[in-house]
Amino acid sequence: MFTAMMKIRRAEERLMEIFATGVIPGFIHVGIGQEAVAVGVCSALRKDDCIANTHRGHGQAIAKGIDLKGFMAEIYGKRNGVCKGRSGSMHIADKASGILGSNGIVGGGIPLAMGNAFASHYVNDGRVTVCFFGDGASNEGTFHESLNLASLWNLPIIFCCENNEWAQFTPIEKYIKIGNISNRAAAYGMPGISVDGDDVLAVHDAAKRAVTRARKGKGPTLIECKTHRWFGHFAGDKQKYRPPEEIETVRKYDPILRFQTRLVEGNILGQRDIDEIEQRIRREIDEAVTFAEESPSPGPDELFDDVSREEK
Amino acid sequence: MGEVRYIRAITEALREEMSRDERVFVIGEDVGLSGGAFSATRGLLEEFGERRVRDTPISESAIVGLAAGAAAAGLRPVVEIMFMDFMTLCMDQVVNQMAKMRYMFGGQSKVPMVIRTPCGAGLNAGPQHSQCLEALFAHIPGLKVVMPSTPYDVKGLLKSSIRDDNPVIFVENKALHAISGEVPEGEYTIPLGKGEIKRKGKDVTVVATSRMVHQSLVAAERLEEEGIHIEVIDPRTINPLDRGIILTSVEKTSRLVIAHEAVKAFGIGAEISAMVCEEAIDSLDGPIIRVGAPFTPIPFSLESTYLPGVHDIIDAVHRVMEYSWG
Repeated sequence: MFTAMMKIRRAEERLMEIFATGVIPGFIHVGIGQEAVAVGVCSALRKDDCIANTHRGHGQAIAKGIDLKGFMAEIYGKRNGVCKGRSGSMHIADKASGILGSNGIVGGGIPLAMGNAFASHYVNDGRVTVCFFGDGASNEGTFHESLNLASLWNLPIIFCCENNEWAQFTPIEKYIKIGNISNRAAAYGMPGISVDGDDVLAVHDAAKRAVTRARKGKGPTLIECKTHRWFGHFAGDKQKYRPPEEIETVRKYDPILRFQTRLVEGNILGQRDIDEIEQRIRREIDEAVTFAEESPSPGPDELFDDVSREEK
Repeated sequence: MGEVRYIRAITEALREEMSRDERVFVIGEDVGLSGGAFSATRGLLEEFGERRVRDTPISESAIVGLAAGAAAAGLRPVVEIMFMDFMTLCMDQVVNQMAKMRYMFGGQSKVPMVIRTPCGAGLNAGPQHSQCLEALFAHIPGLKVVMPSTPYDVKGLLKSSIRDDNPVIFVENKALHAISGEVPEGEYTIPLGKGEIKRKGKDVTVVATSRMVHQSLVAAERLEEEGIHIEVIDPRTINPLDRGIILTSVEKTSRLVIAHEAVKAFGIGAEISAMVCEEAIDSLDGPIIRVGAPFTPIPFSLESTYLPGVHDIIDAVHRVMEYSWG
């Protein structure tokens, strides 16, 4: 879990650096500070389980085990990206690692994730689906429609709300009146729980219980993970809308440092182990970046590929 | 089977495809217990059970999104959206998700699903239960749009749509649900993207869709008495459009009228007209005339004034026939 969190942190830091040089097209949304949510949840899943991630979904994809080279090449818009360069950062999907797709539409992925869970239910394959979304998305109609339907049909899905207290540029007190988003679960007849989303073990425990419940056919759970977004909505966002003292102090919640302290104090991890992990991750990221840089861009003749599927 | 009603041809297509393929299931508001608001799914719950015939809450986005997610996972959902007007409730799922998933994910998943939805005025259902919105969907890459006019076509096209590996918007017309027509015994399908000449003629090509096919056939009888022979073409699929059948006919007749029930402005008539101008302007002996509804919401009490019909087609044909260049 520690390695996975570290890998996400370092990969996103690298992405921010590269993005600042203008090499990466479009825009990217990083989730630095929110690593414990992705890792805590995905570590409770089987390889063949699925997740739907959000526009801030790099961490979720890495935690679910996406190939880092294909991931990086996709963000570069290259042909060897997991989606042939058509998705970029915001719409990454990878069937091989059970990633249904991140979504550029806030709340847009919630019904789709439910559909994947429905398919598991229909063919009885024992898989569960986790649907990640943010606090902002919990005000979309799709959230309410999907929680109701998934609960009604006992679908094997976990609704995981990453509450980082900011919906793009607006603070949470301006868009949600209740203190815990998990309270909304009661309206749909499913369990709801709020956990410290910067505590990877707390997230993991909650996810594990929800996964067990879903796999037994007992239906969905809403887990709210209260976490913190260190940076702006998009890479390069100057956050003029955010109190400067909050920007300065938000790093005190660092989920990685917290977990690391715990591991070190418990004598589970030493400084040498940490250095080794850092080195291994750096190598892996270096390789992925090189792969992305060297990958060819898609050619104009590929424009019409995959618009629709025609019988051969 | 002999004469079959349009609505029963739909039921028959659903039953056959559900029997043929375990992955096919029906989902929507009132499709199970009640057999559907227009009875299209009557008897399916009894035959296939609750697992495959799913009554849902009134939650169009969740229904369509669930279907798209299930389709990407390997199932073949057939959604019913009770009135085409209600399609606006699930536009994100249709336009941004279902239509684009295959493309933006680099072809990793196909999305084989059908949304059946009845359009059309004539039942005094008012402005929010009567619209023909096919142009909205034909404008979106990644979607197929089918609009059958006869019981024979609706059955064959629905079966093909269910077997197609792409999302299909399958537009029925409420006014056609009650009509009867010949439907043969046994298995047949009609390929998407293939139009049909519903009546041969040499003087004017009339491209008509859905209910307007029938209006055009009545107009053809009356025009025949005046010695004008119109060729009625039903594209059957709006997208992909059978351009070939339209161009071949226009090259023969040199005159074109396009008739649809949707509002004329910015409709598929404009697309067909532009396509013919781009591809075959030298064949034309006159302007292309479109017949469609006026640019107003559909009125409750003035529906017969509003709806385009036989007279409008006859007038349009006269106008193209009377036209002479400069």
